[in-house]
Amino acid sequence: MEIKVLGPGCAKCSETEKLMQAVVAEAGVSATVEKISDFQQIAKFGVFSTPAVVIDGQVKCVGRVPSRAEAISWLGK
Amino acid sequence: MEPLTPSLCSGKNAMTPPPAKSSAPLLPFLGGAAGLVLWWLIYGQLLPFSRFFAFDLLGLAPGSHLGEAVQFFVYDTPKVLMLLTLIVYGVGVLRSFFTPERTRRILAGKRESVGNVLAALLGIVTPFCSCSAVPLFIGFVTAGVPLGVTFSFLISAPMVNEIALVLLYGLLGWKVAMLYLLTGLGIAMLAGFVIGRLKLEHHIEDWVREMHVTAADVPDVKLTWPERFRQGKEAVQQIVGKVWIYVVAGIAVGAGIHGYVPEGFMASIMGKGAWWSVPIAVLIGIPMYSNAAGIVPVVEALLGKGAALGTVLAFMMAVIALSLPEMVILRKVLKPRLIATFIGVVGTGILLVGYLFNLII
Repeated sequence: MEIKVLGPGCAKCSETEKLMQAVVAEAGVSATVEKISDFQQIAKFGVFSTPAVVIDGQVKCVGRVPSRAEAISWLGK
Repeated sequence: MEPLTPSLCSGKNAMTPPPAKSSAPLLPFLGGAAGLVLWWLIYGQLLPFSRFFAFDLLGLAPGSHLGEAVQFFVYDTPKVLMLLTLIVYGVGVLRSFFTPERTRRILAGKRESVGNVLAALLGIVTPFCSCSAVPLFIGFVTAGVPLGVTFSFLISAPMVNEIALVLLYGLLGWKVAMLYLLTGLGIAMLAGFVIGRLKLEHHIEDWVREMHVTAADVPDVKLTWPERFRQGKEAVQQIVGKVWIYVVAGIAVGAGIHGYVPEGFMASIMGKGAWWSVPIAVLIGIPMYSNAAGIVPVVEALLGKGAALGTVLAFMMAVIALSLPEMVILRKVLKPRLIATFIGVVGTGILLVGYLFNLII
C-alpha cells in the first residue's frame, strides 16, 4: 500500500503525516508513507487544498487533517 | 508563514456515526441559545469587575498610571477573548458550508467584475490555510478562473479575517470594524480587477500554465447540524488556542502604552498632519508578519495616543495582507514582475484607504 501525504509543510501537513504513520504502525499493514511537498506534484493529483491524503493513487481527503477513525478505515482494516 | 488566519484545514469528520435517533434534533440549538445567554451575562459584568479589581481590590487610584494600565488589562483581556471565541465559533460553523473546491467551482467561468466581487466575498467564508495559497492558486487558474479574480480571493482571504474584525469591533467599536471590512473588500475587488486589466497571464510560471489538471474526485461530505456545531468548536480550539497568547501579549503592550505613554505622544509621528506617515506605515508593515490578533491591541493603544486612524489602519492592512513569507511562497508560481505588480497594486490601495480615512475622520 502506498500512502502519500500532500502538503507544503505547515503544521497541519506534518500532523497528517504523523497520524498516517501512527495508524499504519498500529494496524500492522505493510505500507509506505511518503510526504510530498512539491507544488507541481501536488497539483498533478488534482489537489488544491492541503493537507491531502492519497492512497494507491486515490485521493482520500483534501484540505483537512483526517480523523483517526477515517484513516484506519482507509487501510481496509 | 504561520497558518493563523483563516486556517481551518482540519475539521470535517466524515466517519463519525450519525447522532442517535432518540436525541431531539432541536437539542444542539437550545444548548447554543443557553450558551449565548450565559455569554452575554458574563460579558456585561466585565467592565464593573475590572474597576472593582483594579480600584477596590488592589486599591489603585483611578487615573494613576498603574491603575489605568491594570484596569485596561483586566477589562480587555477577557472581553477580547470572549468576543473572539464567539465569532470564531460562528465563522467555524459558517465555513462548514464552504470548501475551496466548491469556491473554485463557483468562480470558474465567472466574468471579471462579477467574479472579483464574488471572489472577495468568498475569501471571507472559505476555509483556507495560508500554506495552501499555492495549490489553491494553481487550482483556480487551471480551472479557468481569471487571474484577477484569483487575486481578489487571495487578497481578501487573509486581510478580511474574523479575528481582525472581532478585535477592531471589541477595541475600537463597530464603525471602525465596518470601515475595515468594507475597505478591505474594496481593495481586494479593485486590486484584483486592476491586475486582471493589466493582462499579466504570461507572468505566471510556465509550468502552471501548461498544466492540465482535473480536480480530484473527492465526494462532498454531507454534514449534519451537530457536525457543523462541532466544526465551530474545533475552530475555537484551534484558533483561539493558538492566538490567545498573542492577544494577551498585545493587550499587555496596549495596557502599558495606555497607562504610561503621554496623551498625544503619537500625534506628531503618526498624526494627520504628517502626510508621509501613511506611506511609511505601509512600508514598515510589508516585511512585518503578524497575525491580526497580535497587532490590533497595539493599534488600539496607538490610536488612543493620537495616531491618525487612516495611518494605523494602513499599517495594519499592510502587516496582514502583504507579507514577505507569502511572497516567497507565491514566487514558486508567479514571475517576479507579477509579484511586484501585486505588491504595488495592493500597496497603492492601502495607501488610498489610509489617506481617505485621515481625510474624512
